[in-house]
Amino acid sequence: MVKKAVKKSKPFAFSRIVVPRPNERRFYGHGIPGVDASKLRGKLIVVEGCDGSGRSTQIQMLVEWLESGGHATTQVGLKRSALVSEELNLAQNGNTLSHTTLSLFYATDFADQLENVIFPGLKAGRMVLADRYIYTLMARDLVRGNDLDWLQNIYGMALIPDAVFYLDVSAEERVQRNFAKDFALDYWESGMDLGLSREMFDSFLKYQAMVEKEFKRLHKTYGFSIVDGNRSAQAIFQELRSKTQAVLAGR
Amino acid sequence: MTKTFAQLGFPGRLIAVEGLDGSGKSTQIYLLKRWLEQEGLKVFFSEWNSSELVKSATSKAKKRELLSPTTFSLIHATDFADRYERQLVPLLRAGYVVLCDRYIFTAFARDTVRGCPSNWVRGIYDFAALPDLTFFFRADLEISLNRILDGRPQLKYFEAGMDLRLSTDPYESFRIFQGRILEQYLAMSGEFNFLIIDANQPIEVQQNVVRDLIVNRIELNDFRRDRTLKVS
Repeated sequence: MVKKAVKKSKPFAFSRIVVPRPNERRFYGHGIPGVDASKLRGKLIVVEGCDGSGRSTQIQMLVEWLESGGHATTQVGLKRSALVSEELNLAQNGNTLSHTTLSLFYATDFADQLENVIFPGLKAGRMVLADRYIYTLMARDLVRGNDLDWLQNIYGMALIPDAVFYLDVSAEERVQRNFAKDFALDYWESGMDLGLSREMFDSFLKYQAMVEKEFKRLHKTYGFSIVDGNRSAQAIFQELRSKTQAVLAGR
Repeated sequence: MTKTFAQLGFPGRLIAVEGLDGSGKSTQIYLLKRWLEQEGLKVFFSEWNSSELVKSATSKAKKRELLSPTTFSLIHATDFADRYERQLVPLLRAGYVVLCDRYIFTAFARDTVRGCPSNWVRGIYDFAALPDLTFFFRADLEISLNRILDGRPQLKYFEAGMDLRLSTDPYESFRIFQGRILEQYLAMSGEFNFLIIDANQPIEVQQNVVRDLIVNRIELNDFRRDRTLKVS
């Protein structure tokens, strides 16, 4: 058979995918027994910030950008473990657990996801995007009077992320965003368990200011990359994107 | 924490029993409870791994073998914290004699054998005060093993330490696992002032020793129901 000459169309162009440069990996403390950090090749990117700071929007945008750029992603967040998320929800709805218990329950949830989602993701070379990490858990507990040393010991199991973006948004702006989303404030996000005020609105502002103060304190130890979140989602994303590019380049 | 409830000024007293599975400690603490109740004392009994809410997560996780050494450790700490904050501390404030079948030392021993760093485990339980008395029931490994194996035909996965992959045979695994736990217990025995009871002796002999030690160390009359609460 004689091959027909096919008219060649211009090949579909794509920009070469950046292969992430590995960095040295470490845990904050003891780590997890039997886990070799050097095998965790992917990147762990954490987005932190108070409630209503726009974390999930930014994570969605990062995921879309990373995936279209050829990077596989995995998402994690708090209270999503197969192990205890159900029971944690029950506990919160019944409001029956005291501080240390709730704190350890969250730590269990975190450890389960660390071992079953984050580590496998990183081992497979994926970009793991975490909607909050140990810092939120610590900040909340610090507000409730738990000891910093005690928390740092527990979370010595955590892997040091490649980047922690802290979305800094004023409390007033966050109230507005919460209302724009579902016209209500959440019991826990308003710190109602602390009895700061009988009025939810006042309690939200007081509680969030306390959490923010603890985040600032943690920043001194953990050195977040602070991002001005009082801007449009697109403007914030531009900044996160260029910072993430730096992470991929191993910087 | 390095202080006992008495040293912290609590009006109540906490007595803990520790030992391997099958050492007979549960029988001993049960007899202790019956005696103290009969004497009209304010007594409360608490068991390891029994908080309602956490229990549902723990039993589900154990059935499906979902636990790693780290989550095993943390979920038991959560259970303990729940009982500690909601029951033990309030009752000890109210002047009760609280009897605990296993206390933080169980976690220290088991979690360390599972490979968790000892400092990490101890740090987690740092919120808990030490018992006023800790009885350690020391039986020969073979005797403990036989008590368990006689009573129940099948060993549970985590109980046998199967997660440690010590052996594919549950009985062999249990044997090695329990042996390692015993080593851990003995290593901390001096540090935490364990009162060591020879658990190879008849039940009655052991109970005599236990009651004797208690009346010599705790002023039991202070814990009678008809006493009004001392304000300390």
